[in-house]
Amino acid sequence: MAFLDIQHLEKSFGAMHVVKDFNLGVEKGEFVSFLGPSGCGKTTVLRMVAGFETPTSGAIRIDGQDMTCLPANRRNIGMVFQAYALFPNLTVEENIGFGLKVAGEGKVAIRSRVGEMLELIGLRQLGSRYPFQLSGGQQQRVALARALAPRPQVLLLDEPLSALDAKIRISLREEIRRIQRDLGITTIFVTHDQEEALSMSDRVVVMHQGIADQVATPFEIYNRPTTRFVAQFVGTLNLLEANVVDAAAGKVLLGEVPVSLNRPLPGRTGERISLAARPEIVTLGRSDGDHVVLAGRIADVHFLGSVIRIRVAVEGGHLSLDTFNQPDRPPPSLGTPVEVSVSHRDLLVLAA
Amino acid sequence: MTGKRFWSWLAVAFGGLYFLLPLVGMFDFSMRMQRGAYSFEAYRVVLADPQFQQTFGYSVVLALLTIVLGILIVVPTAYFVRLRFPGLRPVIEFITLLPLVIPPIVIVFGYIRIYNTSSILPLTGSWWGTNILLLFGYVMLSLPYMYRSVDTGLRTIDIASLTEAAQSLGAGWARILTVVILPNVFVSVLSGAFLTFAIVIGEYVFAALLNVDSFGPYMVWMGGNRAYEPSALAVIAFAITWACMGLIQLFTSFSKFSTVRR
Ligand SMILES: Nc1ncnc2c1ncn2[C@@H]1O[C@H](COP(=O)(O)OP(=O)(O)OP(=O)(O)O)[C@@H](O)[C@H]1O
Ligand SMILES: [Mg+2]
Repeated sequence: MAFLDIQHLEKSFGAMHVVKDFNLGVEKGEFVSFLGPSGCGKTTVLRMVAGFETPTSGAIRIDGQDMTCLPANRRNIGMVFQAYALFPNLTVEENIGFGLKVAGEGKVAIRSRVGEMLELIGLRQLGSRYPFQLSGGQQQRVALARALAPRPQVLLLDEPLSALDAKIRISLREEIRRIQRDLGITTIFVTHDQEEALSMSDRVVVMHQGIADQVATPFEIYNRPTTRFVAQFVGTLNLLEANVVDAAAGKVLLGEVPVSLNRPLPGRTGERISLAARPEIVTLGRSDGDHVVLAGRIADVHFLGSVIRIRVAVEGGHLSLDTFNQPDRPPPSLGTPVEVSVSHRDLLVLAA
Repeated sequence: MTGKRFWSWLAVAFGGLYFLLPLVGMFDFSMRMQRGAYSFEAYRVVLADPQFQQTFGYSVVLALLTIVLGILIVVPTAYFVRLRFPGLRPVIEFITLLPLVIPPIVIVFGYIRIYNTSSILPLTGSWWGTNILLLFGYVMLSLPYMYRSVDTGLRTIDIASLTEAAQSLGAGWARILTVVILPNVFVSVLSGAFLTFAIVIGEYVFAALLNVDSFGPYMVWMGGNRAYEPSALAVIAFAITWACMGLIQLFTSFSKFSTVRR
């Protein structure tokens, strides 16, 4: 059994069924993200783990111990909130020491642990300030230290970076990950920012309408999405509609172009399916071998710096593709006729 | 100066005179106890009166007890209503406003009828009972001020998040209320407390009908029997009230931390 074990978790608010048969095992020391659109139930699952909401049914176990009905203040779970939620009347040191004081630790022990935590978050000199005297990023670091000080079994973070500006968001997410690794603390991180989820996590849970659609490593989630929702929600995706000609042999018709995918397809002969391709697997020009080649015209060029994103109008839609910037090769101008190639192997097949 | 400005100044001046003239007159009168000379003789006489000291001391103690009991009742109530039963807020607010709507004389007659010596709970029959009844009555009189100011204070902090943060750190309700909630609404509690103090110090109807020797009845008795001392007393009472108001301002602007997030 996993360290944090969530089984058949369900939650309804009145008639609204918000979380449906949610199952997840998080190993000790693992960093798992919940990723999903607004309102899909991420916070609700997290709050049930923390003990702020009672599940309608299902069980939550930590280290083999049933937590489902334990009140929040007896679970030994650290929580970091989007709005920091520091105690305004206490200094940084008192905030960090709060949980230790509640646990009845001695003054000396508290002082040394608080010092340790201040060191960890790099705010040694700010211990005697009040929260309102700190920047947002500093406040959130204090909130993290406060949650970690009593040595919780599990750390929960609910969109801790959404209230911060972009630069701090990136530096703080690296810092959170470093601290999490150093302490080896089991962590669940809620976010609706896919870059955050993919870059930080050991595993990602993509949630959709209260269901965990896919639980896998960021690499798997991005490259081998198992549902249409995951494929479309994570990353940019080119969708091409195709007709199945021979399901067993993997032959489809893409517009007028026959394409052989060399693998069995889910649909039956004559059905429509969607072929999906990430921008980075589409290349400009004709490639030989196992490639689908389509003719089109340059419709749009976005120069993003190291990457250039080009939109090509092809029969039946548009394809976005990414190429790396090369100083000696300026991007093609609009309207230029081009050919684009996609490897058969990398094309994702999604049921229509 | 434009005409508009002139009229606004006139309005302000008229209002100022309306409030200040009686006060100035009263103060002036209270200084004339010694014939032919301005002096604080009336104040000296009042302050030296053992009955003044006794009734005033009694009212101060009663006011402090009222404040403590009021805080114990109002802070948890306002907190849990906001946190758990937001739908009940209008109801609670209405109930706390009732003492402003129902005349004190009606309330105290109700008390006397319910708690008289031939009732199940004969509070008016003993010294302790009467004092407790008066204390509870004053707590109720202070509800509109106490509840409103505490509720306003609670609105300025995110009590749901603070509560959850404290809970996840292991804190129980008693600690959350005393260490997290109360200090953050302390300024609001104080302003409610000073208003309560001012009300209880001068309250007459409850005290007189329950036959308690507090400061209110003493002032009335003075007014009926002396010439200069009542004016001195009135000025003292005003000074106390104003001091309370001033302290509210002081605590509001000099609190050590700000609950306002940047
Ligand atoms: N206390 C509640 N009472 C009724 N409905 C609720 C309650 N809490 C959440 N909901 C509903 O449950 C659904 C899921 O909410 P939740 O807060 O878990 O979403 P979320 O995935 O965290 O979204 P976001 O990214 O916007 O934070 C929403 O439709 C929300 O309206
Ligand atoms: Mg949320």
